[in-house]
Amino acid sequence: MTALGKLLRTTAFKLTLVYLTVFALFAAFLLVYFAWNTRRLITEQITQTVDAEITGLAEQYRQGGIRRLVFVVDARSRRPGSSLYLVTTRAGEGLAGNVGSLATGILETPGWTETAYRRLDDPDGAEHEALIRVFQLPSGFRLLVGRDLEERERLHDIVLAAGRWSLAIVIVLGVAGGFFVTRRVLKRVDAMTDTTRKIMDGDLAGRLPVAGTGDELDRLATNLNAMLERIEGLMYGFKEVSDNIAHDLKTPLTRLRNRCEEALRLAEDESQYRAALESTIEESDALIRTFNALLMIARAESGQARDGMTEFDAAEIARGVGELYEPLADEKGIQLKVEAPTAAPVHGNRELISQALANLVDNAIKYGAPDGAPANGAGAEIVVKAVGEGDRILLAVADGGHGIPEADRSRAVERFVRLEQSRSKPGSGLGLSLASAVARLHGGELKLEDNHPGLKTVISLPRAASVAAVS
Amino acid sequence: MRLLIIEDDRDAADYLAKAFREVGHVADLATDGEEGLAQALDGQYDVLIVDRMLPKLDGLSVIGTLRSKGIETPALILSALGQVDDRVKGLRAGGDDYLPKPYSFSELLARTEVLARRRGGREETVYRVGDLELDRLSHQVMRGGSEIILQPREFRLLEYLMKHAGQVVTRTMLLENVWDYHFDPQTNVIDVHISRLRSKIDKGFTQALLHTVRGAGYVIRDSK
Repeated sequence: MTALGKLLRTTAFKLTLVYLTVFALFAAFLLVYFAWNTRRLITEQITQTVDAEITGLAEQYRQGGIRRLVFVVDARSRRPGSSLYLVTTRAGEGLAGNVGSLATGILETPGWTETAYRRLDDPDGAEHEALIRVFQLPSGFRLLVGRDLEERERLHDIVLAAGRWSLAIVIVLGVAGGFFVTRRVLKRVDAMTDTTRKIMDGDLAGRLPVAGTGDELDRLATNLNAMLERIEGLMYGFKEVSDNIAHDLKTPLTRLRNRCEEALRLAEDESQYRAALESTIEESDALIRTFNALLMIARAESGQARDGMTEFDAAEIARGVGELYEPLADEKGIQLKVEAPTAAPVHGNRELISQALANLVDNAIKYGAPDGAPANGAGAEIVVKAVGEGDRILLAVADGGHGIPEADRSRAVERFVRLEQSRSKPGSGLGLSLASAVARLHGGELKLEDNHPGLKTVISLPRAASVAAVS
Repeated sequence: MRLLIIEDDRDAADYLAKAFREVGHVADLATDGEEGLAQALDGQYDVLIVDRMLPKLDGLSVIGTLRSKGIETPALILSALGQVDDRVKGLRAGGDDYLPKPYSFSELLARTEVLARRRGGREETVYRVGDLELDRLSHQVMRGGSEIILQPREFRLLEYLMKHAGQVVTRTMLLENVWDYHFDPQTNVIDVHISRLRSKIDKGFTQALLHTVRGAGYVIRDSK
């Protein structure tokens, strides 16, 4: 497709053409109307003048007869820029006036006529157009008075010429302007097209150019960029997941395989086989759990779990999860307290939020107890809180353990990351990732804070609107 | 118990049938949705085990068709799909229970047995196992004539166990039915709840009623 062809096909150019046509038609109509009105006005003035002269001359005739009329007409005819005059006998013989020749038959029809004439005092004897009136005097004489129309025609021509020129200028400027505007827009659209092609070819980091003018194209580009950002994030997430799956699932799978091989090679009796098989099942259960957690994170991150969201009270979730974990904490000498005094309405997937909070509590129980916690009354404590704070609902779990150094906090949320101190304890390394993915699914976030001492994990969610108004 | 297993993976189906027969149940097989539907319409089964994705007619449609014909045989859905919403879809289509793959046979067996027994309906107001008595109306628990004070959740836990007295219930079944959670807590929190309950109902009695079934779950029974 040639550049011009492309230009001619663009929407902007087509629009320019439509506007141009409408505007030109409108301008032409205005001009015609203007010209016609001017012409009418001039004609009206001429007829008034001629009528007045005829009345005056007829009066002269009535008072002084034909002699006086002839005398007056002669005098008037000689004035420069005078009207046209002609007085004839009944037979058509000219008695006085400045009209040289006339088309035949004009004098026979009284009233208004537009006709060609020659002037007596005109040295060239050129033919002109005039508007004349023939008046029958009582005694059979005829009086003709008229005005030259040249002025009117000249004005008409001037208006028409001006009209044609301005129309031409409108069209030329319109087309040029249209081309200019269209080309500018096209250039930007072309730039966008190029970028999208590059992105489709695999350059996921590419972004559409934004001119910074804040116009529609900029808004479109900004939105598309946000979309690309999200897609890149998801793609990166997927890649990361598959890399991590490859890495972190292969290790336990290898262990599982080794154990089976070892059993085949070394086991001597049934009890040894049994032990090997049991540990195999245990290992595969752990693998399944990891896999499920990964799937759950992927679902939360892709936003699939958005169906089935309802409104519920997060305080109830805090109490429920607290109640579920309380005996476990108790068994480890940790006191688990729930502080959820008022309703904390949120809109979301109850199951996922419960699980996210359960993960945080689980972590707190696993890592939150100071090593060798003194069992002397001042034991470790975990506080689960559900509180409203402005338009947010905070689900917080605070422990008194070692906490996580600030530098490691953002890394701790990533999949499979298990910080040094936790490597020795069981767990998939996915708990915080899931909590974070769930928080983001609900338009919130997971924050890790210092509890002085210990760690405070906070899931911050938007407060549900409808209930917030009530409470 | 007579079972119909509708599963297109021949190996998995054979394994299941064999395992069910080993514990004394009768198991028939169907390998696609249409065949499964025909068999379910024909035969008298206590429980249907239906894979979600089947050739010819998918599992949810099989169950839907049966339900629309007024056949209420309990159905357990097996699915390789995700958890939360998929489960809801399965139950909405008329399934009675849902188990994501991969599952352990003991989990499937426990759930199937509970489903089969449910038909008979054990809805008495007082459950009795040995000398343990649970009154569902007055929320009173007695053993050997003396009252045992339970927390509300402990009461529901015991109620569920006693409702299925003699049957093995798994940890996930307890989590689903007593707590209404459908996720897998990383740590086995249920075990701690059970041991608390056990200390309240079995401590001080020579005969234990609440037993742990290794690799499967728990059972409450009078072993006399």
